[in-house]
Amino acid sequence: MRELTYLEAVREALSQEMRQNDDVFILGEDIGVYGGAFGVTRGMIEEFGPERIRNTPISEAAISGTAVGAALTGMRPILELQFSDFITIAMDNMVNQAAKIRYMYGGKGKVPMVLRTPAGSGTGAAAQHSQSLEAWMAHVPGLKVVQPSTAYDAKGLLKAAIDDDNPVIFYEHKLCYKTKSEVPEEQYSIPLGKADIKREGTDVTIVATAIMVHKALEAAAELEKEGISVEIIDPRTLVPLDTETIIQSVKKTSRLIVVHEAVKRGGFGGEIASTIAESEAFDYLDAPIKRLGGKAVPIPYNPELEKAAVPQVGDIVSAAKEILNRQ
Amino acid sequence: MTQTLNLPPHVQETDLAGLLKQMWQIRYFEEKVDEFFAKGMIHGTTHLAVGQEASAVGSIAVLEDRDKITSTHRGHGHCIAKGAEVNRMMAELFGRTTGYCKGKGGSMHIADVEQGNLGANGIVGGGFSIAAGAALTSQMRKEGYVVLCFFGDGASNEGSFHEAVNLASIWKLPVVFICENNQYGMSGPAKEMMNVEDVAQRAEAYGIPGKVVDGNDVFDVMNGVGQAVERARNGEGPSIVEAKTYRWKGHSKSDAKKYRTREEEQEWRAKDPIARLRDVLIQEGLLTEEEADQIKADAKKEIEESVEFAKDSPMPTLDDLMEDIYA
Repeated sequence: MRELTYLEAVREALSQEMRQNDDVFILGEDIGVYGGAFGVTRGMIEEFGPERIRNTPISEAAISGTAVGAALTGMRPILELQFSDFITIAMDNMVNQAAKIRYMYGGKGKVPMVLRTPAGSGTGAAAQHSQSLEAWMAHVPGLKVVQPSTAYDAKGLLKAAIDDDNPVIFYEHKLCYKTKSEVPEEQYSIPLGKADIKREGTDVTIVATAIMVHKALEAAAELEKEGISVEIIDPRTLVPLDTETIIQSVKKTSRLIVVHEAVKRGGFGGEIASTIAESEAFDYLDAPIKRLGGKAVPIPYNPELEKAAVPQVGDIVSAAKEILNRQ
Repeated sequence: MTQTLNLPPHVQETDLAGLLKQMWQIRYFEEKVDEFFAKGMIHGTTHLAVGQEASAVGSIAVLEDRDKITSTHRGHGHCIAKGAEVNRMMAELFGRTTGYCKGKGGSMHIADVEQGNLGANGIVGGGFSIAAGAALTSQMRKEGYVVLCFFGDGASNEGSFHEAVNLASIWKLPVVFICENNQYGMSGPAKEMMNVEDVAQRAEAYGIPGKVVDGNDVFDVMNGVGQAVERARNGEGPSIVEAKTYRWKGHSKSDAKKYRTREEEQEWRAKDPIARLRDVLIQEGLLTEEEADQIKADAKKEIEESVEFAKDSPMPTLDDLMEDIYA
């Protein structure tokens, strides 16, 4: 099968959905001729025209609300925000409007929109262009939160997100954009709420999201050399969360490490750890659950400091050894 | 007969008696709600628009059924003018399952998406870009409907106003922004909160028409909004219409109104938009005194019946709590 980069897979999903449904359109800053801040929509204006690849002013508050209004009246807008940090400016519309409209209206009306946005550090873009704020969004009832780690997942999850009748936040980690995997040409959908076992193992479960899936895989390869067998679960969607797959894995391995790039304090790792602590898997644990997350620091510019702010492969390796008492 | 009814051609056939009735319905609805809050029979809070009936009724009178509105936290009048059933509105305030939002939205979230009421809003300035988005749907699908976006003088100081009006103007969206300038944003006098005389002046910054109308004269409102709606329907883009009016009551139920004088209130009460319409219709020979009294009595009766309907309606069960979050 052919390989695509994550970025190409996202673009292919967008194009395929737009070809088959006239209600789907994209709006965002510089997504037209420029092709988007990271080039995801490059070339799309030539095929779909400026009506549907809709270049907007620099107005995150307006364009997020416009997407809500368009969705509420029957369209399926896809909003591209250049950096996930800018969600702060769109927050009112996502949290107070998009997430709540259906409930506030007693089940009338729906808001089928997708907010796509590049997230995460590792590009030297510093504190206002590098954050991972997915836990914020996962906290809000009414939103769905997707974090694909591979090109294959990105394509299938994006189709599911666009087809979903609810507001979905779709995080694309910037360091994932250039990663490649096999991606079928035809359309396919990966259901929201279905975790993927990225690697099977027996000694320790690592639940990892986004770029941390790749780092965990590297760590697992190293650990394997020392005879440690790691199972890696990628939840792929935080809301809905596939707790069952995680519980089953922990029951098998009896050890859990959760690793994400977002700040550990108040992060989603706490949610996963608590879920296990509250489940029947708790009785199977042979060691305390370990959480690896970003330090509670704004992402710094200096490359060495930037790396030190978020978990790296070595940190995951050490955590696994520690939890197995094999230092 | 002197020609005092300066109506645009397309509203010549307006049911003028019907306008009077709607204004009475709004007045009685609000007064009844006020009474029940005082008695503790309705919980939460509410924002009444007594004294502002002409801007809601006059604006919506020039619409076609297919047109849509977005409303504010002071939105009961907009709902009634858009054709909402007062029974279901009152039931919503009583938190009953027969309410527009099954008792989950309350005063600030009454919506009827199918009838083109895209919802009241608890966020000041929350409706601007939702209205723009609904107008975008109309434009992209060539549905021909126009969206009226109600907002207050205070909301025009929110960033969301400026972003949405700019966006609507560059895309020539079929939306009319209607400022109901009731002189106060909560306790903040409009004249202290902005350095221009009229909110309508702000239209100039976005290259669109801005017009001030007498918000207590339903015909002046119809004229001003009628022209703006026609312009929007012809694809010429948005306008701002500012209706100067006054809220007789406080901002919400706990407001002691220390920020304004009794004299000022009396001055505005003398400009009662309902009495004004009644007098004109009688003066013009379009209605007898008896007919006018009957309209008033009918409106009062309907509101009283809505209270009975609300009281007789069932409460939600706790099973309803988790329904309607996701579509």
